[in-house]
Amino acid sequence: MPDEILAPEQIQKKVFPLCLRTKDLKNPASLATYLSIGGYQAITKILKEQISPQQLIDEIKLSGLRGRGGAGFPTGLKWSFMPKDIKGDKYIVCNSDEGEPGTFKDRDIIRYNPHQIIEGMLIGAYIMGANRGYNYIHGEIWQEYLSFHEATREARKAGYLGNKILKSDFNFDLHAVHGYGAYICGEETALIESIEGKKGQPRFKPPFPATHGIYGRPTNVNNTETYASIPWIINHGGQAFSDLGVANAGGTKIFSVSGHVNKPGNYEIEMGMPFSELLELAGGVWKGRELKAVIPGGPSTALVPAESIMQATMDYDGLAKIGSSLGAGSLIVMDQTTCMVQTLKRLSYFFYEESCGQCTPCREGTGWVYRVIKRIVDGQGRSEDLALLKDVSNKISGRTICALGDAAAVPVLSFIKHFENEFQYFIQHKKSMMGQQNA
Amino acid sequence: MSQLSASVMKKIDLELEKYPLDQKRSAVMAALQFVQAEKGWLSDDSISLVANYLDLPEIAVMEVATFYNMYDLKPVGKYKISICTNISCALRGVDEMVNHIQKSLNIKFNQVSDNGRFCLKESECMGNCDAAPMITINNEKMYEKLTPESFDRLIKELK
Ligand SMILES: Cc1cc2nc3c(=O)[nH]c(=O)nc-3n(C[C@H](O)[C@H](O)[C@H](O)COP(=O)(O)O)c2cc1C
Ligand code: SF4
Ligand code: FES
Repeated sequence: MPDEILAPEQIQKKVFPLCLRTKDLKNPASLATYLSIGGYQAITKILKEQISPQQLIDEIKLSGLRGRGGAGFPTGLKWSFMPKDIKGDKYIVCNSDEGEPGTFKDRDIIRYNPHQIIEGMLIGAYIMGANRGYNYIHGEIWQEYLSFHEATREARKAGYLGNKILKSDFNFDLHAVHGYGAYICGEETALIESIEGKKGQPRFKPPFPATHGIYGRPTNVNNTETYASIPWIINHGGQAFSDLGVANAGGTKIFSVSGHVNKPGNYEIEMGMPFSELLELAGGVWKGRELKAVIPGGPSTALVPAESIMQATMDYDGLAKIGSSLGAGSLIVMDQTTCMVQTLKRLSYFFYEESCGQCTPCREGTGWVYRVIKRIVDGQGRSEDLALLKDVSNKISGRTICALGDAAAVPVLSFIKHFENEFQYFIQHKKSMMGQQNA
Repeated sequence: MSQLSASVMKKIDLELEKYPLDQKRSAVMAALQFVQAEKGWLSDDSISLVANYLDLPEIAVMEVATFYNMYDLKPVGKYKISICTNISCALRGVDEMVNHIQKSLNIKFNQVSDNGRFCLKESECMGNCDAAPMITINNEKMYEKLTPESFDRLIKELK
């Protein structure tokens, strides 16, 4: 934390473990470890001093925390939408269904620091008046599901979950639940359907979950990293969190770096670090090769070529400036040998496979896009195919119930925009410009 | 018709405690997972038993079982191997791994080996991309940063 207020460009952005702060300790996930670093002090203080929900919301608004699940919606504002006067059950849900290719940050928060998620949810429940909570965990990371379940048991036994928490009048219970292989359940209304025991098909909004969520009750959904940031904000103040970041992007962010780097992994840094420094943290491009392009926030954010990302900073505005966005902070790094056509084929298959099928433009459009790219890769491409791909993608965008439709269009349009020559080459020569390779 | 085993029923009962009393349907995902873990896959019979136990129409259970990719509605052999082939894993050479697995077990995607021991499934992102290439076995155990050698060792241990 800087002692004095500095202009953003003077602040050196560094590695700052906040959500992952227990990672290098012994038994990082245990209650004892969390308590040893001041865990559960924020909720204890809130309950003891009866701090008003409004005062806490103001602190979170001041922190500049924005939802870490991809959309970047201001968390303090979102929490103020929960209706106050409705009696009966209210729910809060932690979204740990991360399945956007390249995203694996919530896995590490659950693995190393589950109690900070629990404390963040406790504070959220107190502020929003919720009595029930779930953490919905991606089906493939089964060990993390089991260990989060264990953490809730430990917390319940110690009096942090259940009725009359820390001898106050506050009741809140929390359970781990799991998905079973459906990316779409990361979308919050699909996730709600899934918790109700149904197919994960997104709901049409409005009504919004804040009024009609799980079983028709008021419900709030936030990402794992969002909840895990809350205790630090309450302990250190909104201003301190905001100071860690840059304008419009308070705090720290975990970036999941995958693909062609020497050290793939999670890097929790202050918002606003230049991409070039983050790349260095991840060991640089592997095999001594040159950087070709990066998807900075997961496949629903636009691909950017090396020359623009090397000038960018890792925050919302920094990536918007180069025509992309922060998304969930999932950097997929591609070296000079990568064939963009084959890479796009795999991504298109993903969106086609994971479309839930309710909206015609998404269901039909994603299949169409995949088949056209597949025929290019199979050496059957036609000269009009690129125009067709752009046209179909533009017609999915903005015409669907949920954002998966928009997301599916993003890679198609950005890959072709920046590497059109490679697509042309493939169509004309029936082979990759990059030579033989796997993608 | 047979019955759900005592241990599966006990697990479902514990799962039901996570939800309000009148919302038994919420336990369907876990119930199917328990049955599959025990039987290896979900037969029509298993679907009806789960439906009965949770007071749901069979179609409601079937809809869930067909929607989520990790449920298997056909036998998958003793060891179901799922491999993520999505972008981050593809960039780290998963195609070579897939070739190796297919050759060494003599199966293609969605096939069961002749001895009934192995089945290979293609999976979307497992949210574990820094450990590519990786597989899960029977949905629960993950094996990371595989090489042809480490895969062969693993298969030997499984035999
Ligand atoms: C197709 C799709 C997939 C999504 N997957 C996730 C996810 O895995 N994790 C997540 O937190 N949010 C995901 N979201 C965003 C959620 O709908 C929701 O905005 C988010 O959980 C809200 O939390 P936040 O405000 O803390 O980010 C997804 C959205 C869409 C459209
Ligand atoms: S946009 Fe696609 S994934 Fe989203 S609701 Fe429509 S069909 Fe389903
Ligand atoms: S892309 Fe393979 S685990 Fe994420």
